[in-house]
Amino acid sequence: MLALFARDIRLSIRAGGGALTGVIFFLAVIATIPFGVGPDLNLLARIGPAILWVGALLSCLLGLDRLFQADREDGSLDLLVLGNDRHMLALTVLVKCLAHWGGSVLPLVVAAPLLGLFMNMEPIGIGATALTLLVGTPAITFIGAAGAAVAVALPRGGLLISVLVLPLTIPVLIFGVSASYGATGDPAPFLQPFLILAALTLFLAVLGPVSAALALRQSTD
Amino acid sequence: MRLIAENLGGERGGEAVFSGIGFALEQGQALIVTGPNGSGKSTLLRVVAGLLPQAEGRVLVEGGGEEFPSVASACHYLGHQNAMKTALSVAENLRFWRAFNGEGRLGVEEALEMVGLAGTGHLPFGYLSTGQRRRAAIAKLLVSHRPVWLLDEPTAGLDKASEERFAGLMRGHCGDGGMIVAATHLPLGLEGAKGLVMGEVG
Repeated sequence: MLALFARDIRLSIRAGGGALTGVIFFLAVIATIPFGVGPDLNLLARIGPAILWVGALLSCLLGLDRLFQADREDGSLDLLVLGNDRHMLALTVLVKCLAHWGGSVLPLVVAAPLLGLFMNMEPIGIGATALTLLVGTPAITFIGAAGAAVAVALPRGGLLISVLVLPLTIPVLIFGVSASYGATGDPAPFLQPFLILAALTLFLAVLGPVSAALALRQSTD
Repeated sequence: MRLIAENLGGERGGEAVFSGIGFALEQGQALIVTGPNGSGKSTLLRVVAGLLPQAEGRVLVEGGGEEFPSVASACHYLGHQNAMKTALSVAENLRFWRAFNGEGRLGVEEALEMVGLAGTGHLPFGYLSTGQRRRAAIAKLLVSHRPVWLLDEPTAGLDKASEERFAGLMRGHCGDGGMIVAATHLPLGLEGAKGLVMGEVG
C-alpha cells in the first residue's frame, strides 16, 4: 500500500502530473478577483475566506478526472481490481485518494496563505482559512473519487465529474467558510463548524472510497 | 491445485459472446485458446480472471489453500495493455508491482535479465520500443509469484528471439507446477498444451 502511495505521489510530481496545474489555476482565480471587485480593501477582506474556499474547491475538481482514468488507460486498474483479495479495493482507493490529495491538493493549502494576502485578509483569518482548507479539502477528494469512478469509462468525463461532485461538496464549503468567518467575526463561533467539517471529512473518508470501489468493480469491461 | 471452468458463458453489452465453455487444468498444464477475431478469447480471459461477470457457469481454483483462495488472487493477468507508467523508470514500475502484488519471487534486475532487458532498469518506461515494453510487462509476471498466468496475446510485438525466450519462461513456469491460459493467434511453442478453439459452436 505504501508502494502505491509512493508511486502516485511520484507520478504527480513527474512530467505530466497535475501537481502544479491546480496551484496555477488557484492563483489565476484569486488574482483576478481584486481586479473584478475593485480596490475596496474592506470588501476584499470580508469576502476573502469565501473566495479562497471557492477557488480551492474548483482547483480540487480540476485534476480529479485523472484519478482513475490514467490507471484505466494503461491497464493498471485491472490489476488493482484483481488485487482485491490482498488489498481490499476500497482501501486501495483510499490510498490513491490520499496520494492525490498529497500530490495535488496539499500544494493548494500551502499556497492559500500567500493568496490570502492578495485579498487583504488579517493574519488570523488567513490562518483559520488555511486550517479549514487543510481539514476540509480531503472530503472533496473523497467525494470526487466516487464521481471519478463513476465516470472512469467516459472519454471526456472531466466536466461530468465536476457536475456530479459539485452539489455534494456544498456542505463542506458551507462549514469550511463559516468556520473561517468564525475565527475573525466575534459573534460567530469557530469551533462548532470546524468540528462538523472534520466530521464530514472522516465520514466521507469511509463513504467515498467504498462507493468508488463499487463503481470501479462495475466498470471493468 | 486445479483451475476449473464449468459451462462458462460470457457476454458483452448484453449479447452472449460464447457459452458452454469448460476446461480443467492440472498443475503444469497449459491451455491455448485460439479462434477468429471477435470469437470471445479476450472476454473468456477476463471472465476467468473475474474482471467481467459470468453470464453463466463458474470458475474456481481447487486446493489453492489460504494463499490463493480465489481465482483472482491466484492469477497474473497480462492484458493488451502493459499496466506500466510511462513517466516512471522500468525498475520503479517493477518494484511497485512486486511490492503491491506481494509473493516476491525474482528480484527486479534478475527478472529484467530473464526477458533480455538487463541494464535498462533506469530508463523511463516511455522510452522503450513496443517489443521492449511487452518484455518489461512479461518481467512483471516473474517478480511476484502466481500459479496461474492469464495471457492475452502475450507475444504481440515480440521478435523471434524474444518469442523463444518467452516460450522458455512459460515452460519453466509449467515445470514449476504453474498453469497457463493463453489467448493467441501465433504458435507459442508450448508442446503438450491443451487447445480450445472458440467460435465453432454457436
